[in-house]
Amino acid sequence: MIPRYQKVFFWVLLLATMAMAAYLLRLHTKSEERVLATVERVPLSAPDTATQTPVMLLVANDYDGSLTPVAERIELPDQMNTRARFLLNELLAEYAKPEALHPIAQNAGVDDVFLMPMTVERDGMAGTMAVVNLSGSLAQVHPSGIEPETMTLLSMIGTLHANLPEITEVRFLVDGEPRETLAGHADLQRSYLASSTPIPGVDAGADVPGGATP
Amino acid sequence: MQCNKTAGRGFPAGLAERPVASARRGMDLKRVKPGSRRRDLRHPRLGRPLKVYWVGLVCAVLLPVGWGQSPVRPPQGPPPLAAPPQFSVVIDAAHGGADTGAHLTEQLEEKDLVLELSVELRSMLSAHGVQVTTTREMDVTLSPLRRAEVANHRAAGACIVLHATASGHGVHLFTSSLAPVSPGKILPWDTAQAAYVQSSLRLSAEINSALQHAEIPVTLGRTFLAPLDNLTCPAIAVEVAPLGRALLGRGAMSTDKSDAQPTPVTDPEYQKQIVSALTAAIEEWEHDVTGETKP
Repeated sequence: MIPRYQKVFFWVLLLATMAMAAYLLRLHTKSEERVLATVERVPLSAPDTATQTPVMLLVANDYDGSLTPVAERIELPDQMNTRARFLLNELLAEYAKPEALHPIAQNAGVDDVFLMPMTVERDGMAGTMAVVNLSGSLAQVHPSGIEPETMTLLSMIGTLHANLPEITEVRFLVDGEPRETLAGHADLQRSYLASSTPIPGVDAGADVPGGATP
Repeated sequence: MQCNKTAGRGFPAGLAERPVASARRGMDLKRVKPGSRRRDLRHPRLGRPLKVYWVGLVCAVLLPVGWGQSPVRPPQGPPPLAAPPQFSVVIDAAHGGADTGAHLTEQLEEKDLVLELSVELRSMLSAHGVQVTTTREMDVTLSPLRRAEVANHRAAGACIVLHATASGHGVHLFTSSLAPVSPGKILPWDTAQAAYVQSSLRLSAEINSALQHAEIPVTLGRTFLAPLDNLTCPAIAVEVAPLGRALLGRGAMSTDKSDAQPTPVTDPEYQKQIVSALTAAIEEWEHDVTGETKP
């Protein structure tokens, strides 16, 4: 026979436990709401289920002065300027590979790409100017010479135009500032016409690299 | 004409050819009495009137002088052409001074190699009778503006800008990327080369042909490069790269055994081949431009 006072004590303890559990649950909910309210809900990395977009990279070859189209599938963001930056850094990653025929000892070097609508029409269409902001470290490690510098610029311009045809003109900055040359040779103070950079396999008569005009 | 007739009639054949001798003979005239008539003055041995001899003497002196200066106006036609300016070449050894250019090896910088090539090319062209101007003969800093000024004042038949690099393969020939325009009276400084792009491309083809003949691999290209874009002459940038290690494609190495060891840009034989090929090309270019062939 259980004494009555023990029964009362058991029920009091049970009620206290349940009350404490409810209170803890309430505190947990409140703290979770408080944390979620302060943190920016931006995914830091692309989800595995993101769709991969087919892109074409124009990879330079120093040994014959050609641009070779290389088809790849990469995950690209929606914003156009971010897409352009991703594309160019993907291209530079090709040049950082050991077997690269246009070696650059840095696998990234494009800090920003700014897109500005053109007010002057070219060939009947008002295109977009891309201002590519290269990092100073890329210019520092870039091989010096007319051919290597020209090939880097042409491959960037060609890659942008092949994947984002609305880009018709390209200018280059280094660390946000205008600069005379990339590494002592190729002129960075001019605007390059993206449409006149030949894309092998896409543009006719694209056997000679170059052809950009101001 | 009058002189001719007089001389022919009044002189014996040998006298007209020896005017000085006849003058000496004239000094031997005998004095005549005062009041006698002037026509009586006669040569002591030939017996002809003295007036005839004086006219003949003057004509004999003046005739050879005025032979080529006919008073008759020449037939109307195109004025004679002015002599064409002499063909000359400007060689620009890139970089210099504080601007070292590419680091080709641990000890060698681009500015030193291209200066050496410039001196060799100048010597060989001069030996072949081509007038050469160089933008620099020593290790000094020169702005692209100054280089273009020197070249443009020469009004040269060809401008060669020499560069060197440790990347790539063979010799790279670059012409300006400017769109060709027809030459006008006023050329904007930044795009002055645009009026000469077509002739620069022909010069590039000439040098390409000479280098191919010397079995040196060539890569052709176009670029924006100072001072190439500011030159008012057929201009080309010649960039010397190591020879060998030809690659066939992405990561595929040539199987040719001779390509196993790359020839550095410092190799004297390689440099000599390039200089000889450039000299041959420029001589051919001079022939194309002036129509003259050097013996």
